[in-house]
Amino acid sequence: MKKVAVVGYGNTKFTKDELPIESLLLESTKQVFDTTKNLSQDLIDGVIVSTNDNSKYLGAILSELSGIKPKISHTVEHLCSSGSSAVISGFSYIASGLADTVLVTGADKIGNPGQILEWDKSRGEYDHPIYWASMFTKAHKRQFSTTDEELAIVSAKNHKQAMDNPNAYSHKPYTISEIMNSKNVTEDLRILDCSYSCSGSSSILLTSEENVKRFTDEPIWISGIGQKTNSASFTKNELTTLSSTVTAANNAYKMAKITPQEIDTAEIHDAFSVCELMAVEDLSLTEKNTGAMYVRNLFNTEDRKINPRGGLIGAGHPLGATGIAQIVEITQQLQNKAKNRQVSNAKRGLTHNMSAAATSSTVLVLES
Amino acid sequence: MNKFETELKAGNFVTSECSHCKKIVWPPSDYCDYCFKEVNWRKVSENGTIVELSRKENDVFCITEFENKIRVMGKLDAEIHMAKPGQTVKLTKCLFNDKNGFFFSLENKQ
Repeated sequence: MKKVAVVGYGNTKFTKDELPIESLLLESTKQVFDTTKNLSQDLIDGVIVSTNDNSKYLGAILSELSGIKPKISHTVEHLCSSGSSAVISGFSYIASGLADTVLVTGADKIGNPGQILEWDKSRGEYDHPIYWASMFTKAHKRQFSTTDEELAIVSAKNHKQAMDNPNAYSHKPYTISEIMNSKNVTEDLRILDCSYSCSGSSSILLTSEENVKRFTDEPIWISGIGQKTNSASFTKNELTTLSSTVTAANNAYKMAKITPQEIDTAEIHDAFSVCELMAVEDLSLTEKNTGAMYVRNLFNTEDRKINPRGGLIGAGHPLGATGIAQIVEITQQLQNKAKNRQVSNAKRGLTHNMSAAATSSTVLVLES
Repeated sequence: MNKFETELKAGNFVTSECSHCKKIVWPPSDYCDYCFKEVNWRKVSENGTIVELSRKENDVFCITEFENKIRVMGKLDAEIHMAKPGQTVKLTKCLFNDKNGFFFSLENKQ
């Protein structure tokens, strides 16, 4: 299997604007061309689009708009983790030798249809994500005595960190008190505990080891991949453990031949505050039932290790772009190019991307 | 509409069950998810157990488990402080308009 590296990237700002999906995809792709040395269209033989948008044939449309005539082109949809799923597809084409250099671009619009999974009959009329998040949160409170303050710390940390992310949806800091007193969405969720669907796009350029030097002197290698799907129906889930994340993370660590303690920084799928508390435990970054204390300590010490770009709560959640935006952030961190967001001496990073209430999870390990 | 939705619209909460291995096939499907044999359809027991619950304004919603397998979210006709996980509830109504609807009441009020 060939080694695969991230050698270029691009991001749009995440906004409330209703922009055409094609324009969003092209905008972050243009940035890849603007910022990657020696890149020309004829060097790209794979174009993969990740989105939940209903538009058709977007892989081919983005290829045409970008002047690329790839061997391989298609779209990937996997709800909130469409982006990281598309990256795995691109990785696989290169690792297998089917392609040499692949552009992976994700985008969604603010009103994208990926927020509701109509197929899941088990949710009844409670099909909006706030309902599964309320179940997770209530169960976490019940089992671990988690407090509203501990949940609010996740949001306060990630909003604060998003202040240094020029592409973030939110550039407003919130105090713990403001978050705790923000509007009750349900008894267990405040509005500031929630991430927001928004419009945005992110791209990465992947290539094989023999082509890396053409594009960059600072390749970031994808050294571990883990993905697990337990179901599509939310109600089959355990409520206090992201079990798909546990499996995906273990597989990613095993492939990368590292332990969780060797991760220097991570972008984690904080769709809601409780998800970050669960994920840091289920990724084995801290022990079970210590997630709240772990995140509180990060917040108190201004340690940006987790969600340095602001996570989904601070940066926004354009579904098809999110997994790719996470990889762009970790790439910048490992290249020591994250400016005010920089985690010192970061050599290994991780991305964690989930779909449909953690019925599936994707974990990638990246190394400089 | 599929069989599940048709029955739900008629007020019947049904599940698919394998004609061969007799496993409950949930979520409802045309074939067994274990042996891929055809399924039969039957009513689900009216008695379930609360798995977890929360509240949106005055609307108490919960995950309820039936027959140790079938879990659905629905509306609980109770004050939230009266209910807790493990408590027995009864399905009082189900419907299908645009979406599924399940309604529960407490079996043994505490």
